[in-house]
Amino acid sequence: MINYFRLIVLGVVAVFALIAANYARDLAYMVHAILIFLVAAGMFLWTLRRTDEPVPARVLETSYMDGVIRYGVIATGFWGVVGFLAGTFIAAQLAFPALNFDWAQGYMNFGRLRPLHTSAVIFAFGGNALICTSFYVVQRTSAARLWGGNLAWFVFWGYNLFIVLAATGYILGGTQSKEYAEPEWYVDLWLTIVWLAYLAVFVGTIVKRKEPHIYVANWFYLSFIITVAMLHVFNNLSIPVSIWGSKSVQVFSGVQDAMTQWWYGHNAVGFFLTAGFLGMMYYFVPKQAERPIFSYKLSIVHFWALIFIYIWAGPHHLHYTALPDWASTLGMVFSIVLWMPSWGGMINGLMTLSGAWDKLRTDPIMRMLVISVGFYGMSTFEGPMMSIRAVNSLSHYTDWTIGHVHSGALGWNGMITFGALYFLTPRLWNRQRLYSLSLVSWHFWLATIGIVLYAASMWVTGIMEGLMWREVDANGFLVNSFADTVSAKFPMYVVRALGGLLYVAGGVIMCYNLWMTVKRAPAVEASAAAAHAHPAE
Amino acid sequence: MHDTYSALRHFADSWGLLAMFVFFIGVIVWALRPGSRKAHHDAATVLFRNEDRPAAASARNDVSAPHRGAPANAASGGQD
Repeated sequence: MINYFRLIVLGVVAVFALIAANYARDLAYMVHAILIFLVAAGMFLWTLRRTDEPVPARVLETSYMDGVIRYGVIATGFWGVVGFLAGTFIAAQLAFPALNFDWAQGYMNFGRLRPLHTSAVIFAFGGNALICTSFYVVQRTSAARLWGGNLAWFVFWGYNLFIVLAATGYILGGTQSKEYAEPEWYVDLWLTIVWLAYLAVFVGTIVKRKEPHIYVANWFYLSFIITVAMLHVFNNLSIPVSIWGSKSVQVFSGVQDAMTQWWYGHNAVGFFLTAGFLGMMYYFVPKQAERPIFSYKLSIVHFWALIFIYIWAGPHHLHYTALPDWASTLGMVFSIVLWMPSWGGMINGLMTLSGAWDKLRTDPIMRMLVISVGFYGMSTFEGPMMSIRAVNSLSHYTDWTIGHVHSGALGWNGMITFGALYFLTPRLWNRQRLYSLSLVSWHFWLATIGIVLYAASMWVTGIMEGLMWREVDANGFLVNSFADTVSAKFPMYVVRALGGLLYVAGGVIMCYNLWMTVKRAPAVEASAAAAHAHPAE
Repeated sequence: MHDTYSALRHFADSWGLLAMFVFFIGVIVWALRPGSRKAHHDAATVLFRNEDRPAAASARNDVSAPHRGAPANAASGGQD
């Protein structure tokens, strides 16, 4: 019966999408309407072929729902490589402007590809990693199957549809020009629906948990899901110019819009890239080390201190602007206070290895997780420092900021995700072990050297250009033109692109290793495999 | 105090600030309360149970159930 309802909805959506494609006022909207039509029509046929067929047996509550996590692992690896490649290409575009090809002007130039890169690594790679690991962790720590049946599949496919809509939109010019919130109004609405479904699956699983405690990793994941929902809705408050076009107008304007944007932007870092990934740390580091977290008390203090402080740090992006001084001072002070919970969390993760430090020598996955926590500590020291108004007057608008973001994103987010993928793949596909540990070591060193090249070159070029911008001669005239700084930065830009290349190479090696793990690594023995079997998935 | 901004601003730096501080201090005190060691150890070792399938019966109201001891490889770690 439910299928008839589904067919009606899908049919209406497909017809509406075709009408929208016909009336479309811009290219991005038209392509999206056609995409939505194809998805809706495909799902219509898929549903139709299953209507009035015998219903498969209901899945028992005696197994975990791992199929959707397997898809999430594949999507994470795929989007990771896509995002790293895009980043390396735009790094090369900055060093060699000829790579902004004439034939692709307006589609593949730096300005169009840059948001594609940031969204691909943050939302596609990071987002899929967060969704699939949170589904894995919440089931194992709640001792309960995911709530909501196929709703988890809706979250996975819906989120990846959002990514495709966002990425194609950037290329075709459908953007509202808010950093990390570029997608236009209808894509934002779709993400809101998917995100609320994600929240429902996660909370539903926690509610039906069979353990008395809600493990600390789930607290971090939950704060990430709730806060991102709040940030997303408020920062994307806009009124479409027409229902048949992608253009919309922001509700806020001027400094209010700027403050809302950086309240969103910094908390996207704080809750998407920090709280969510801390959830990963609090599960995968203890699991891989085979010992509980160093201090559970500290983890509780870490959680509450982090979420209470992070939400106020955004104004440090708006020093020396129309924002009132008291607001940017508030943001700066909270950013510096934030150093303490950040390092509390880092110490908690690292000290989990106390008494088991030998694992660093023997276990390359552990090494990956530990260096990621190390990078977390490093970038959460650098960040508060850069938020100080005097330091910011040198670092703002320079490549130092880019270097800071990448030591956090490549070092902390990337490395912990790689560690999680190496952890998950043998378990999800019933393999005894990974295909090759030496390939993991290769990945580790390629990625680490890549990050070092990236961060070091960006420190040099960032501080250099900051100093060049403020240099004045004896008469008070500026010494350097903007173009002078651009040509001075060339060698560092080449080094940065090289670092990116090494990082991509590591990602490709990881995908090969994981693929071969599924194809070639010995399976868990039959008797054990029977216990692992996942019926009806 | 007639516009929304001033009213909200006044609330934020008085009762709102106080409420958040009290809540935060309360959470810290609760986390560090005497006698919480056992509960925290129990929570910290939850990830070493139920690796392969959901728990059959709910342990939520039965903290003394036999499966609740940490596995051998995890028992010695952690200084909660």
